[in-house]
Amino acid sequence: MSIKLGVPSKGRLMEKTFDWFAQHGITLGRPGSEREYAGYVEGIEGVELVLLSAGEIPRELRAGRIHLGVTGTDLIREKLGQWEQVVDEMKPLGFGRADLVLAVPQAWVDVNTLDDLDAVAAAFRANHGFRLRIATKYHRLCREFLRDNGVADYQLVDSQGATEGTVKNETAEAIADITSTGDTLRANHLKTLEDGLVLQSQATLYRARGVDLNTVSLATFEALIQRLGIN
Amino acid sequence: MTNLAAIKAEAARLRGIFEAAGATPVEPPILQPADTLLDLYGEDIRARAYVTSDALRGEQMLRPDFTVPVVQMHMEHGAEPACYTYSGEVFRRQEDDPDRASEYHQVGFELFDRNAPEVADARVFSELYKILRPLKLRAATGDIGLLTAAVSGLQTTDRRKSALMRHIWRPGRFRALVDRYSGRAPVPESRAALLQAEDLMACAAPLIGLRSKAEIEARIAALREDAAAPKLSNDDVALLDAVLSVRANSVTSLQQLRDIAVDLPSITPSIDKLSKRLDALSAAGIDVSALDFEASYGRTQMEYYDGFVFGFYAPDRPDLPPVASGGRYDALTRRLGEGREIPAVGGVIRPGLVLELGGAS
Repeated sequence: MSIKLGVPSKGRLMEKTFDWFAQHGITLGRPGSEREYAGYVEGIEGVELVLLSAGEIPRELRAGRIHLGVTGTDLIREKLGQWEQVVDEMKPLGFGRADLVLAVPQAWVDVNTLDDLDAVAAAFRANHGFRLRIATKYHRLCREFLRDNGVADYQLVDSQGATEGTVKNETAEAIADITSTGDTLRANHLKTLEDGLVLQSQATLYRARGVDLNTVSLATFEALIQRLGIN
Repeated sequence: MTNLAAIKAEAARLRGIFEAAGATPVEPPILQPADTLLDLYGEDIRARAYVTSDALRGEQMLRPDFTVPVVQMHMEHGAEPACYTYSGEVFRRQEDDPDRASEYHQVGFELFDRNAPEVADARVFSELYKILRPLKLRAATGDIGLLTAAVSGLQTTDRRKSALMRHIWRPGRFRALVDRYSGRAPVPESRAALLQAEDLMACAAPLIGLRSKAEIEARIAALREDAAAPKLSNDDVALLDAVLSVRANSVTSLQQLRDIAVDLPSITPSIDKLSKRLDALSAAGIDVSALDFEASYGRTQMEYYDGFVFGFYAPDRPDLPPVASGGRYDALTRRLGEGREIPAVGGVIRPGLVLELGGAS
């Protein structure tokens, strides 16, 4: 049985992952049509490429349907409860860097820290009759971060895309989203809080702990990690 | 794993004891409107409760506890004074600890009574105490009202006091506020700059979102007022710490608190209540010299109780959650009562844990 390696199926994350493996003498590729989600692996025997949405890779690792997977730290921590017991973080790959940050309108000159956000949330709730809304798709990470930092009187509202626009659209007062350069935040008149860094994420190679590689192919696995420079 | 039939039988037995003590049985629905619970507890409840929805009623939660529906029911059509009991499953999401149950039985006893709150506190506690006595559990007690009284007695601005009271249930943020008000923690640079700025609203970006310019200006005015206010004194910080660190048997704790009250008289009414409660517990046959009192107890639970709080723990089983817990929740009735309120105190037992520890009958 071959080792199944899950890799994001499109975009820069896929290309960078292919590049990273190529630097280690392993060619990953997608044959023919762009629409086809089967891949090939050259340069090592017994490894099978599975192309998946980056967001589904955590779930597939947990289910053991893939043995190794490349995805963002943010997605693993958001989607897997007790992630350390589900996956082994084998190697940060040095690309796909993004920060999950809390951001508020730039015009909130009185808000720069979580302490400010908390005080404003209390006043907002008293003035408006509902809790200050923070739009995000990272519910778990955001909630844990705010709880650990003792912020109260907020609520999370779900936003699966265009999160930076929610404040202007008045469906949220603040956001928690992934940013790499901050350009989108600035263009939407938002700023990050000084201590509002929820998580620093990057593309990372994970191993599913639930699979006993002895039953798959220990020799292939050892050859692979040697090639990838993981000890 | 204790089997479900045995747990249900134990739950029925416990409910029977509460009924014999004068409680009316009630059966709140399992599905509860999510907005009420969210408004009360905030986002934390989403991490703890299962949320589901349909197109007609919107978001619903599988009841995470019975207290809220029992209070709502009482506020709608209850006579006073009233005493209720219930038994059934509650549902709690477990995201971090696979050994904790996500569905378990609770049997509760809730007392709504305007007269002699300390006697009511003692009655609820002693009903549970009598049932649990064969298990030789450790009882922990505390009083959130004592902490709010301590905060109210500090020599500082009302704004600071209300900020501290808001965070009694978040000890980390509470400590950070105390450190800042007392000058132990530096003012963040960005705030210092804001306080010195000539043109307060100087910002090139347009104002977006619901929070208005007036709200921003009001906050800046509040920050300036706070910066001009004298620091919270070291004496006050020491008194607050002294109250928070009281931890001994109830009789000794009472004496320690009386000593602190010489310098912090705002806690005297709370100490008098504690004293009355201990008298009522003694009258119910409980040895209060062997009953722990811990001033900080209950601070990390959900902000729900605002007076007497208690829990029963198996001393040899630190892996288990409390076998029983409860407290006074007057403020909750105020929030749910739309202008009305009634002093209320209650507690729950987990029959599954009672059986796991060998049974209490």
